[in-house]
Amino acid sequence: MTGLTVNGQHHEVDATPDTPLLYVLRDDLELNGAKFGCGLGQCGACTVLVDGAPVFSCLTPLALLAGRKVTTIEGLGTIAAPGPVQRAFIEEQAAQCGYCIAGMVMRAHALLARTPDPTEQEIRDGMNPNLCRCGTHMRILAAVRRAAAAMRSAAPVQAG
Amino acid sequence: MTQLAARRLRRLVLVVAVVLFGGGCTAGAIAWNPPIRPIAAPAPASFPAATVAQGATLAAIGDCAVCHTAAHGAPFAGGRPIPTPFGTIYATNITPDPTTGIGHWSLAAFRRALRHGIDRRGEHLYPALPYTHFTHATDADIAALYAFLMTRRPVHAVAPANRLPFPLDWRPLLAGWNLLYLHPGVWRPDPAQSAEWNRGAYLVQALGHCGACHTPRNGLGAEETGQALAGGKAEGWYAPPLQAGSPAPHKWTVAELTTYLRTGVDRAHGAAAGPMRQVTDELATVPAADLHAIAVYIATLMPPAPPTVPPRPAPVADSSATAIFAGACGACHAADAPMTRDGAPSLARSTAVNATTPRNVIAIILHGLPWRDGHAGPYMPGFADALTNAQVAAIAAYVRAHYTDRPPWPHLPAAVRAARHDQALHAASRSQAMRAASRDPAVRAASRDQIVRAASRDGDRT
Repeated sequence: MTGLTVNGQHHEVDATPDTPLLYVLRDDLELNGAKFGCGLGQCGACTVLVDGAPVFSCLTPLALLAGRKVTTIEGLGTIAAPGPVQRAFIEEQAAQCGYCIAGMVMRAHALLARTPDPTEQEIRDGMNPNLCRCGTHMRILAAVRRAAAAMRSAAPVQAG
Repeated sequence: MTQLAARRLRRLVLVVAVVLFGGGCTAGAIAWNPPIRPIAAPAPASFPAATVAQGATLAAIGDCAVCHTAAHGAPFAGGRPIPTPFGTIYATNITPDPTTGIGHWSLAAFRRALRHGIDRRGEHLYPALPYTHFTHATDADIAALYAFLMTRRPVHAVAPANRLPFPLDWRPLLAGWNLLYLHPGVWRPDPAQSAEWNRGAYLVQALGHCGACHTPRNGLGAEETGQALAGGKAEGWYAPPLQAGSPAPHKWTVAELTTYLRTGVDRAHGAAAGPMRQVTDELATVPAADLHAIAVYIATLMPPAPPTVPPRPAPVADSSATAIFAGACGACHAADAPMTRDGAPSLARSTAVNATTPRNVIAIILHGLPWRDGHAGPYMPGFADALTNAQVAAIAAYVRAHYTDRPPWPHLPAAVRAARHDQALHAASRSQAMRAASRDPAVRAASRDQIVRAASRDGDRT
């Protein structure tokens, strides 16, 4: 058994240390937001946060995660109360098929946590590792800009 | 005080004053260079097209655009931070903009900058500009480069101020540095060698300035004499030896070197990474004959056979590193992975894995080979966010033990910590330069154009 902390909850999972985090999230913990895209760290559909930083969960074996905190899209909000980045993606209708969107939201969340007032180029560079095969990148960028503005105006009252 | 002692003291003061004055005048004369009269920016049509085309090739071989273009900036408009052990130097604008670029520079001023590291106004340039190499270029090649640069689109852009500690920010000091380390003189061919070898040697030693990264530097930042191309450092990466010290387990052939220089990847050795990727991007535009000449010259410097390797103790099995490698690296680097089946070389062939220093293995684990807009080529995700320093060190040790017969790298954890520290510094100066540039109206307009073009391209696709 290997210990794992996801969205603030501790789990004991029955998996070998070389098992990718993505498989454990989807198969053992039934957190199906993160998607399997390429399995090679090329598309970003599996992006989650480890200690607040964006990682490809398909290339993150359990052996790396002792004592570290994993956050998935399920940890950012609920359907009733979406987080600010999730809300911005909904308001901009940034999804077409939606397969890449959980990864996009996580990547954007990490970017805005590090750079609350990003330039256009910083948004593009920050989102660069994640791909959308439908071609909604323009709406995704608009959603990131909207989330940045919303989070900045909310920051004084609402922390995080 | 006796009269005699007073007279002696007066004489001593006089001698010291004369020596100081004379020395100061001599130093001043060496350090002082007259400005060269500004000219009206020459009309682009005044340069013959063939000369401009030749200049384009030479600029690509000289990698002018690599340093003189900021991230997402206009080509040759400067502003890119060049990290050095002494501080950060920002590349200048070499477009023909009259006020912020070299629009007012005559050919004579341009030639003096390349040959002697002195700008049009007579100020010393820092040897981050590799004028110790450019000084060997022929007059004709310098004129062609000048024609190429003076026919680029002028861009109004001011590079950020250099960040160098006192007294290094006082440029006349460079007169002394030049006395020691600048050896002007046009390159002379070796009559015992073929014309192609000589062409390659000239390009490597003069405009190509390969030694600027691939030769170790001394404490004053000058290339070590007698150590040409013996391996150096570049922006946190290791530039491996291009001579007998090459750690490549498979000897480079002329054909492989040519392919590598033109495409950035060779199947027997691997992919260019770090600053070398931009070099191979530039070389992709260079005529095949010149790349072949460079390869012919470099191949003759390489060892005739793979170096013998001392035996090493059997690797200690580290089950944690094995699991990390399998889960994080195996999807691409395992023996049966799609990438390996597609012809990518085994890590056993990698120069980085076989090198005397773990620097490049650490750098590539942390930063990967990122996607770059508009460029095809190999890709690897970076693991800086996924791995702790101890985990990076564990993977590096595992790869070294598993894929080579060479001794383990000492002090891996310290090397990983240093690489992270360097990276944080470089990232800070890059982002500072980018933010400064994004406040510049000219750059904002250029970036807006780029975004509009990207948007209309995306629109076409949907």
